[in-house]
Amino acid sequence: MTLPETTIEKELRTTESEQLDPLGSAANRRRTFRPRVRRFPWHRLVFIVPAFVIYTTFMVYPLLDSLRLSMFSDAGNFVGLDNFRTLFGDSTYSHAFWNALKHNVVFFLFHSLVQNPIALLLALLLTVQGVRGQAVYRTLIFVPTVLSVVVIGFIWSHILSPLWGIVDTPYLGQSSTALPTLSLMSVWQWVGIPMIFFYAVLIAIPHDIIEAAKVDGAGALRVFRSVTLPLILPMLGVITIVTFIANFNAFDLIYTVQGALAGPEFSSDILGTFFYRTAFGFQLQSGSDAMGATVATAMFLIILFGVLVYMFGWARRVQTYEM
Amino acid sequence: MRAGRKLGALLVGIIAIAIAIAAAASAQTKATTITIESWRTDDQSIWDTKIIPAFEKSHPDIKVKFAPTAPTEYNAALSARLKGGTAGDVVSCRPFDESLKLYQEGYLASLNGLSGLSNFGSVAKSAWITDDAKTTFCVPMASVIHGFIYNKDAFKKVGIAVPKTEAQFWAALAKIKKDGSYTPLALGTHDQWEAATMGFQNIGPNYWKGEAGRLALIAGTAKLTDKPYLNTFKSLAKWRPYLPKGASSVQYADAQNLFTSGRAAIYPAGSWEIAGFTAKAKFKMGAFKPPLPAGQKTCYISDHTDIAMGLNAHSKNATAAKTFLTWVASPEFGSLYANALPGFFSLQTKPVSLKDPLAKTFVSWRGQCKSTIRNSYQILSRGNPNLENELWATSAGVLNGTMTPAQATSRLQKGLNKWYHPKKK
Amino acid sequence: MSIAVDRPLPDRPRRAPFQWSHVGVHGVLILYTCIALAPVLLIISNSLKPANAIFAHPFSVPWKGNFDFVGYKTVADIGHFEIYFKNSIIVTVATVFLVMTLSAMAAYALSEYRFMGNTLLAIFFAIGIMIPIRLGTVSILRLTKDMGLLSGDRGIGWIFGPTYGPLAALVFVYTAMGIPLGIFLMTQFMKQVPSDLKNAARVDGAGEYRVFSLTLPLVRPGLAAVAVFTMLPVWNDLWFPLLLAPKEGSRTVTLGAQQFLGQYASDWNSALAALTLAMLPVMALYIVFSRQFLGGLTKGAID
Repeated sequence: MTLPETTIEKELRTTESEQLDPLGSAANRRRTFRPRVRRFPWHRLVFIVPAFVIYTTFMVYPLLDSLRLSMFSDAGNFVGLDNFRTLFGDSTYSHAFWNALKHNVVFFLFHSLVQNPIALLLALLLTVQGVRGQAVYRTLIFVPTVLSVVVIGFIWSHILSPLWGIVDTPYLGQSSTALPTLSLMSVWQWVGIPMIFFYAVLIAIPHDIIEAAKVDGAGALRVFRSVTLPLILPMLGVITIVTFIANFNAFDLIYTVQGALAGPEFSSDILGTFFYRTAFGFQLQSGSDAMGATVATAMFLIILFGVLVYMFGWARRVQTYEM
Repeated sequence: MRAGRKLGALLVGIIAIAIAIAAAASAQTKATTITIESWRTDDQSIWDTKIIPAFEKSHPDIKVKFAPTAPTEYNAALSARLKGGTAGDVVSCRPFDESLKLYQEGYLASLNGLSGLSNFGSVAKSAWITDDAKTTFCVPMASVIHGFIYNKDAFKKVGIAVPKTEAQFWAALAKIKKDGSYTPLALGTHDQWEAATMGFQNIGPNYWKGEAGRLALIAGTAKLTDKPYLNTFKSLAKWRPYLPKGASSVQYADAQNLFTSGRAAIYPAGSWEIAGFTAKAKFKMGAFKPPLPAGQKTCYISDHTDIAMGLNAHSKNATAAKTFLTWVASPEFGSLYANALPGFFSLQTKPVSLKDPLAKTFVSWRGQCKSTIRNSYQILSRGNPNLENELWATSAGVLNGTMTPAQATSRLQKGLNKWYHPKKK
Repeated sequence: MSIAVDRPLPDRPRRAPFQWSHVGVHGVLILYTCIALAPVLLIISNSLKPANAIFAHPFSVPWKGNFDFVGYKTVADIGHFEIYFKNSIIVTVATVFLVMTLSAMAAYALSEYRFMGNTLLAIFFAIGIMIPIRLGTVSILRLTKDMGLLSGDRGIGWIFGPTYGPLAALVFVYTAMGIPLGIFLMTQFMKQVPSDLKNAARVDGAGEYRVFSLTLPLVRPGLAAVAVFTMLPVWNDLWFPLLLAPKEGSRTVTLGAQQFLGQYASDWNSALAALTLAMLPVMALYIVFSRQFLGGLTKGAID
């Protein structure tokens, strides 16, 4: 496919005269264009309504319709907050809940402290000027993300099996090592996603800015700290919050590898597997719609809290630069 | 945006195809088709090539479709389908509470009065009957028997005889280990259920005297901290040195493959393994029943009611489905099923003659020993924590050495005390 | 498969001369590529072995006595796998297209205009990703059934027919699942588009739709990220196909491969073969997206 010749650099250069150096100048703060509205802005509806309708019909309605059940008993009687009292007051539930929450925090820490830095490093290396074969690396490193969790579980269980594999320690069979091992498996699987996100931002940074900094005598590290980092900081926030949301909803890998009981002895249980057991039951334990909805509500509040912290604590303070 | 345009064209194409197909979907023939829900993905080809053709031959007006769901997702998917109104007409029933709950919620129909039910005794029906024993809601299909499958070649090579008592069993294990060519016991604990099902429930009935012990637990006259349970765990703990390397991460499929590849001598089993093992193993296999504890004469085996079939209460093809279920209750089906799936034994009162030698060995124990079912299935797994999953964790813990037998039994009883309070006599 | 992607673009702007520092860059990238690929190669190699070797010798190379094509043969024989692949591709491509378009539009409105409830709407659009979607299963099942999508013989479902109705249901559900993150990400990218550019267009008399279409090429990396992020869970999902599209003609690849995993006996040859094949279309989609949206960027493109 042939594309028009204008490069994005050229495009950016044309606006450059009006655009100041992005390093913290207040003049560069995002300006919002306010067309003087005289008549009803129909186009806004046109932009928003299609997404709104599909999303509301197929996601918000079913979820709220089910979330409502957290205020009812399984028999259908309104019980107010009784289910929440059970979740936090009955030690069988509360113990499992806090245990899963704690593991979820660990799971998230592994992703934000191992996965995302690796992803950033890879994305930076992929965008080093003049390095050949970047598309090949970009493609190959991404391969694990497209795999079905069934084969990922299968192959890693094999590799990490003292019986067939390359290790002598049963990493997936010990309470102390199961969760870190599964976290790293998940990091292995997903690192391509934050890599692509960082990459998408990095390649959009105009070379001129970096060149200018180099001309001013800045070394690679200094360029990263004072030019690249401020420009990718908003994306770092986005990736962290997306990781947070994904991790606190995670389920597949642990369920596939360790089963719904997330063994041994619930040492790899996270909120997703706890929710599944509660809502859908497991083996001889029957599921409960009411308690399932209660657990889901608790998960919702935890994630909402994280998102609000992000929105008001981070996103409002971090400068997004136009490029 | 060319990419967008290209994708746009693709979408238009997709919609066009969809409309074309919708238009082409003309009137279909009106033979009643009934769909079977099952977790036995393993059996698809047996149903398609043997069982369904046999039924359709005698019932040309009914078409049957066997539509299994992955076993791990079955309970969840079935419950969602029943609630959402998209479940099949005939539903495979798990034993006891899972199915009882479906009946109580109105998703399974009562089968009282179905003519074929007279082919089953009360024990067979006990897993699919209301607590007051008045309503049966599933047609019993099969039970599975526990025991040990062994590698005959390995026994010959190491020079051991089939163990009859526990003392002989442990001596045999020690000898195999000393010989070094085979893993003595192919059993892992990673998936947890194997430890409880093929370990605890396999050897336990000998200790708690089968039905007597099981019913005493339900009645509340026996406790899980009592001697029989402690001794079962003590016996289980002795298996530990003979398990494969890294047993805590050995999955069920690993243990199966360890045995069928000829690298292990004994496999603590359920009879359901017979067909798969026979197809895979390149050596001769035999089976022995759980060895007797010291000084005991009577043997007890776990002959567990495992699978049945019920009627979706909201089925639009209830008449055809009932006709099918009547056939499932017939001796013709009993023989067909038990022989197509050696190791899944018919629950009908009239004995079915089997062809598979290993299956014959297993079923012969019914005549030599007293039968019972797994003690956690009836009533005792109704609450939270449920006994079955607690047994998984404790059996795995004892086999791994992370828990002593005494810790295991006290945890089990504590869990039960939390919610189960049978009326004291 | 990736070599084709890297075909050097004839007019790549800068090609720096050999630099020693690049050796280090390649070293790290190669190292990580090996970590990423080794298990994948193991999967592929085991899909080409007899069943007992998969367990007994997972690291052996499929060669001579150790080579067995039986898994692929089973997939080809019993399968209808070509139908499953077609279904998966239809569902994934349609979902990605809808999510990209609808999220870009909504994100444009949310980032471009300040209006009452703007923040509230942004939060509303984020709710969906904060609740485990399986919770809504029964409601979704009832809803899509009542719309006639599952049977394909009435209501909206009639348009699609019995085979494609369930697939349409999947597309709607997945689109709804993809929209929250799509909008969230696209908003971030839209914010980086220079306002001067848009204002200049407006001064030239361009309408809002035209300004939107001018913005799109500038957020192509964002669209790529959204496309990639949307397609992965869709392609590999098992749960909703199991409930919404379990019928033979409507099955997806992931669901189709599930038939090889039994309660006690699993046919790992066939499962590995099917899931290895299942990698290919989604890798192809990834390559298409990254070429279209990321690769093209060095050349730049503005309609």
